[in-house]
Amino acid sequence: MRRRADTPEEAAFRTEARTWLEANAERKTGVGDWSAGPRAHTVEAEDEYWEKMKAWQRRKFDGGWAAITWPRAFGGRGGTPVQAIIFAEELAGFDVSSGFIDAAVGLIGPALIRFGTPEQRARFLPPMLRGDEIWCQLFSEPEAGSDLAAVRTRGVVDGDDLVLNGQKVWTTSAQYADWGFIVCRTDPDVPKHDGISFAMVDMRQPGVEVRPLVTMKGDRHFNEVFFKDVRTPLANVVNGLNRGWPVTTFVLMNEGASIGTTSHGRFRIADLVGEAVENGRFEDAVVRERLGAGYVEERVLELLQARLKGAILDGRRPDVDGSVLKVFSAESGHRKAELATWLQGAAGMLAGHDAPMDGRWQESLLSRGATTVGGGTVEVHRNGLGERALGLPKEPRLDRNQPFKALRISGQ
Amino acid sequence: MPLVLSDFSLSPEQVEFRDTLRRFFETHAPIGETRRVMASGEGMSAELWKNAGAELGLAGLAIDEAQGGQGFGLKELAIALSEAGRALAPMPLFASAALAGRVVANVVGAGDRAAWLAPLAGGQIATLAWLEAGGVSSSERIRLAAKPAGATHRLSGEKRLVLDGGQAERIFVVARGGGEGGGDGLGLFAVDVGTPGLAIERQEAFDVTRPLACIRFDEVEARAVGRPGEDGAAIARGLEEATVLLCAEIVGGMQRVLETAVDYGNARYQFGRPIGSFQAIKHKCADMLIDFEGGRTAVEAALAAADDDDPERGLLASVAKAHCGPAYVRMAIESMQIQGGVGYTWEYDAHLFYRRAQSCALLLGTASEHHDRIARVLAAERGQASGCGRRGGEGR
Repeated sequence: MRRRADTPEEAAFRTEARTWLEANAERKTGVGDWSAGPRAHTVEAEDEYWEKMKAWQRRKFDGGWAAITWPRAFGGRGGTPVQAIIFAEELAGFDVSSGFIDAAVGLIGPALIRFGTPEQRARFLPPMLRGDEIWCQLFSEPEAGSDLAAVRTRGVVDGDDLVLNGQKVWTTSAQYADWGFIVCRTDPDVPKHDGISFAMVDMRQPGVEVRPLVTMKGDRHFNEVFFKDVRTPLANVVNGLNRGWPVTTFVLMNEGASIGTTSHGRFRIADLVGEAVENGRFEDAVVRERLGAGYVEERVLELLQARLKGAILDGRRPDVDGSVLKVFSAESGHRKAELATWLQGAAGMLAGHDAPMDGRWQESLLSRGATTVGGGTVEVHRNGLGERALGLPKEPRLDRNQPFKALRISGQ
Repeated sequence: MPLVLSDFSLSPEQVEFRDTLRRFFETHAPIGETRRVMASGEGMSAELWKNAGAELGLAGLAIDEAQGGQGFGLKELAIALSEAGRALAPMPLFASAALAGRVVANVVGAGDRAAWLAPLAGGQIATLAWLEAGGVSSSERIRLAAKPAGATHRLSGEKRLVLDGGQAERIFVVARGGGEGGGDGLGLFAVDVGTPGLAIERQEAFDVTRPLACIRFDEVEARAVGRPGEDGAAIARGLEEATVLLCAEIVGGMQRVLETAVDYGNARYQFGRPIGSFQAIKHKCADMLIDFEGGRTAVEAALAAADDDDPERGLLASVAKAHCGPAYVRMAIESMQIQGGVGYTWEYDAHLFYRRAQSCALLLGTASEHHDRIARVLAAERGQASGCGRRGGEGR
């Protein structure tokens, strides 16, 4: 289960990566690292964070490190998945972040490589990877959450353009985006999955209105986005008109898998043990019992993640379903935050700088939705595990064999 | 359609070994055989042990070839226990090869391995008697006394909860005293069944597929396996390995109860559809899969650490047991629940797995005991251990 030793070629690559990083970034100090996120939930602080991320992305691109596994033709390094893991391992020690830039690149990039035309790839991939064009994902709508194929935003062909009208929601970073990839309804007269198109749209044009939504945690990284007669050339449709659903599911699978493999990072049980020892609560058997239980979940998650990574390192197909990691990571992460604030006792009522450990655990409690809902709810992922991994029958559906426009929606 | 789960972490040879064992147990240890043994009071299937333990060589898998064993590592023994656990095979493989086998191997060290390990490899049925009244698995609770008597020792006291104690031919006993007075005070002694002063009595076991016995020792002649009074650390190490092996047995059972639940969810129709299409059932199965994947991943890590003598081996053994014990219980219960009314009949097998799960969760440290141990290890690692943080390595 432990990381096997590098081969000579891998060791050379690791040295090359580390040398470049040492020359181009500062090491994390654990105190005041900018990569930990915006210093406050203000527009100014978030703008500043974005400028730093963009600058880092550009530097990474210019050094040839922005996408290890992508072909060189698209600005990648043409490397192996093993090299991508090695670079990520080295990168983890440095005070840098590409934040949502990387996430968007990871979602739309592979979809364009897989489904895009040569012209689409050449036009969009290099500036995306360099951080010159920031992307957002325009998927969810008020009436299309877990049931994403129920999107109602209309795309109507007019000459050489697609004309968009409708509303998207939970759109992360739309306020920073130059481009978006949108799932829209181009034919309401056929069953829902057959009338969907996947297109790229310029976000910096009249008719696109972005309204920030403030999360319960207080940050404003996602938005509502309204489209009023917004045009995008038909040349920006991916995989052809009304053939957008396979592209959409491809993106969704990547998204769910990436959320499950994110580690709990700086939220460690070991830190809680240290705190408990210092404040004397470690003498309490109930405290030790709960800390030990928390560690079991933390370690089991890490072992599952290492197993997924090990499969990639050995060139095997991953043999554990990504949804196992997603559900376990999301739910155990929240339990860990509950444990941390329980340990704080009444002091856990505080938040921010007044709270123990600068309120990181209180923030973690309030980040719950980002993992248990974002990237697919844990319930949808459990359906996937039941059906895909275990082969249980699908739920009978009422929305398969009739035109989309005949389906019932909430409130009607 | 049978549920296909990946052969995670197994080499091609190990996959073949696993498949061979699965076919063997399906043929020679169908659940009917387990039930026949249960009803007969024999405690085990002598025929199965002769075939599996001796002829297939399962009893000596992890014993060196020089002592007549197969010379494999813990991994192969784990595979065998996993398949035996899946089948609820009525034979003392865990007691003999894992519990007695690992404790003896650690205690005897470079000593007279042939004397103690060769009979085990040859299929001698052995077990370990370490728990006493109260069942608390802490070495401090051991009272059974060993006294030197010439070249041998005499044991007096009582052991309880001895796995397969009614079937064993040789009992390895953890006793206090008998040494020079230094060391930790514990020693491992061997007593052959039939020795005067030994009284073995069956205890009624919740897990009806694995018998337990209470054994009384009245000045029973015993031979020391290691160094009396100084075996504590080696015994603890052996128990730690046995804990990981018990988790391997658990994983085999977990997979079986998950498969049963999924099969039932596909086959059983209510309201005009398979019940597995309802989210209430599907989500239970998804949670079982998450428990199972976590379990086998943790066991894999603990096995690798034990085989490599990794400094984290104790911690990972505790992580594995703390996860696998409660997870198997949850899974056995959910599998039984999914099977509805028939699930709680005597005739259906769901309760047999539930009984096994419940017993496995309590044997070799409950989850809470391991949680406590883990917390102490973490505190010690931070170099901030308070008075109660320095005892992470003690025996169970």
